[in-house]
Amino acid sequence: MKQPEDDWLYEISPKRKFIYLNFKEIWDYRDLLILFVKRDIVTVYKQTILGPLWYFIQPLFTSVIFTLVFNNIANIPTGNVPPFLFNLAGITAWNYFNQSLTQTSNTFTANAGIFGKVYFPRVIMPLKTVISGLFKFGIQLSILIVFYIYFLFQGYDLRPNSNLLLFPVYVLMMALLGLGAGMTISAFTTKYRDLTVMVGFATSLLMYISAVPYPLSEVSEKIPELAWLVKYNPLAQIIEGFRYMILDTGIFTWSGFFYTMTFSIVLFLVGLVVFNGTEKNFIDTV
Amino acid sequence: MSVILKAENISKQYRLGTVGTGTLSHDLNRWWHMIRGKEDPYLQVGGVNDRSAVATEDYVWALRDINFEVKQGEVLGIIGKNGAGKSTLLKLLSRVTAPTTGTIKTKGRIASLLEIGTGFHPELTGRENIFMNGAVLGMKRAEIKAKLEEIIAFSGCEMYIDTPVKRYSSGMTVRLGFAVAAHLEPEILVVDEVLAVGDAEFQKKAIGKMQDLSMGEGRTVLFVSHNMGSVRSLCTRGIVLNNGELFFEGESSNAIDFYLNQDSTEVGSGRMNFTKENLGNKELKLLEASITDKIGRVRTTFSQSEGIRVHIKFEVFKSIIGMRFNLKVKTTSGEDVFVTSSHFVTKGGVEKGVHELQLEIPAFLLNMKRYVFSLNAGIPGHKIIIEPIDTLFVDIVGENAGGSDFVEKWPGIVSPKIKWILNEKN
Repeated sequence: MKQPEDDWLYEISPKRKFIYLNFKEIWDYRDLLILFVKRDIVTVYKQTILGPLWYFIQPLFTSVIFTLVFNNIANIPTGNVPPFLFNLAGITAWNYFNQSLTQTSNTFTANAGIFGKVYFPRVIMPLKTVISGLFKFGIQLSILIVFYIYFLFQGYDLRPNSNLLLFPVYVLMMALLGLGAGMTISAFTTKYRDLTVMVGFATSLLMYISAVPYPLSEVSEKIPELAWLVKYNPLAQIIEGFRYMILDTGIFTWSGFFYTMTFSIVLFLVGLVVFNGTEKNFIDTV
Repeated sequence: MSVILKAENISKQYRLGTVGTGTLSHDLNRWWHMIRGKEDPYLQVGGVNDRSAVATEDYVWALRDINFEVKQGEVLGIIGKNGAGKSTLLKLLSRVTAPTTGTIKTKGRIASLLEIGTGFHPELTGRENIFMNGAVLGMKRAEIKAKLEEIIAFSGCEMYIDTPVKRYSSGMTVRLGFAVAAHLEPEILVVDEVLAVGDAEFQKKAIGKMQDLSMGEGRTVLFVSHNMGSVRSLCTRGIVLNNGELFFEGESSNAIDFYLNQDSTEVGSGRMNFTKENLGNKELKLLEASITDKIGRVRTTFSQSEGIRVHIKFEVFKSIIGMRFNLKVKTTSGEDVFVTSSHFVTKGGVEKGVHELQLEIPAFLLNMKRYVFSLNAGIPGHKIIIEPIDTLFVDIVGENAGGSDFVEKWPGIVSPKIKWILNEKN
């Protein structure tokens, strides 16, 4: 009759383990993760006329405007790379991070309805956002490739370098950064809604110190006293590294690479800790 | 039988008022206590969850030190008034929120029939939503696939299964959601009848499914209800919650008795004293009116299967002839249900002194609702001694008087037990 104490399937308790991530549980819910990703991809552009074309329009128009403003008016040099392609590459990479961050940052508030009714590992939600974002990133990458080939035929001397092998690592770092920041913010927005307002303009400002519309070298040259702001910004490292591997332009250092890597992992872990601390009781405050 | 679920000292504290101003300072204070290894300063305060009283503290205990065990295959009824903490307990059990203190240990998956249609996306087809909903509830893809045909058939939506759910009628959406939930096979099923009301059809289905599960398959069920009839017929054991505390745990019929008698100690609810109000005239004065059960306990909540005794105590100063008391039973919305009179026993004359009239409203007459008892007295055609006064209230709880095995609310201001006969006529 007496059962051993460790026989329980699970315990519901107020104790918060400092870093508690039950990978087995997430694995058990993998079908849910896959379905959520599928649902996101299928449903976004239902009942729109242009459908997935919207994925193309936004980066193309942004690149055109950036080229006009930064390269034609402000005369920012882009080496032997066509400015349009330079901007498109930066924007494609930036978009993935930006989307991961903004969409995970409202995880708790946006899903309060479903979280209030059923239990499943809450971390599934930010994870699915980052994974389904990959789909959009893939589409935008394909336009980048189309223009890449177009400019090759135009006679530009473009070629990727051996760093291209690091491509998956760069994608992972973007995902980790977006997740880490997004989960941290989402945890705080359950109580303090101020952060939702902040995220909107903070990300658009962040883009300007992340070397999206200009090469890293330009900053150290023109405003050396503020160069640290960009140099130690892991996002600037990622954007610059991304352009470096496909366009062979800009600065790449292994120290910068490992710095970014460490930063991403640490931010991701911080995000997880904060997120898990919130997930148990957020429904009482949201 | 082995214990499948065990709750140990669980408590849940809520903050009163708006979360906003002041939370940051409380959070910082709490954090400051935590890093010094001290106890949360706000856990020590907190009033008892009595909704009728004005809150004196910022924090309240929705549940306090609840302990209970559920054995495999048991059907546990959770009863209590509104605000007793039933829904909070369910929230803790379904892991939507964590307890403030204590632990709940379980050996099986817990699923609840509240979760109808969670995760449904209007743009997805019925079929896609079955997978979506099933996965949200913790089913594996393979499990859903194996039961897909069954689920579709049960929902009765075969024709529209590849149409987006946004084109469905609300009834179809509910049916589809229920079909998924019904094919879920959790070790522990939680049914909250209190929240299921509103759609009688659905409620009936949910209860029916629950009966199948508990009786046919020996599944463990936790059942939350206001309806004593269904608790009596379905549950093996019961717990009674009151103001966030566990008041009783035991066999379901004992739990129901306890629940119904809970307010017998409350003064003034089932007994009204009129000695100071001077109701009447020089000849007659109303002293007291009370409602009791058969053994004389003062109560206000009755099961349909019980007779309700009304006692009217009055004093006569000078013997009167032709006088009568009338008791009118009304619904809370003011409809008259019936009137009954003491005429036969009092018209012949009542001597000087204190008297008590007693009457019994038979069992299986009133419906499941609240009734108001209104009293008046007079000599018909001659004079009014006491103007009609609404004296007492009774709450009637269910016992399937409508003549059906299903637990349901029957319309109507009364619900008498009526005999039906089926004859062979060949």
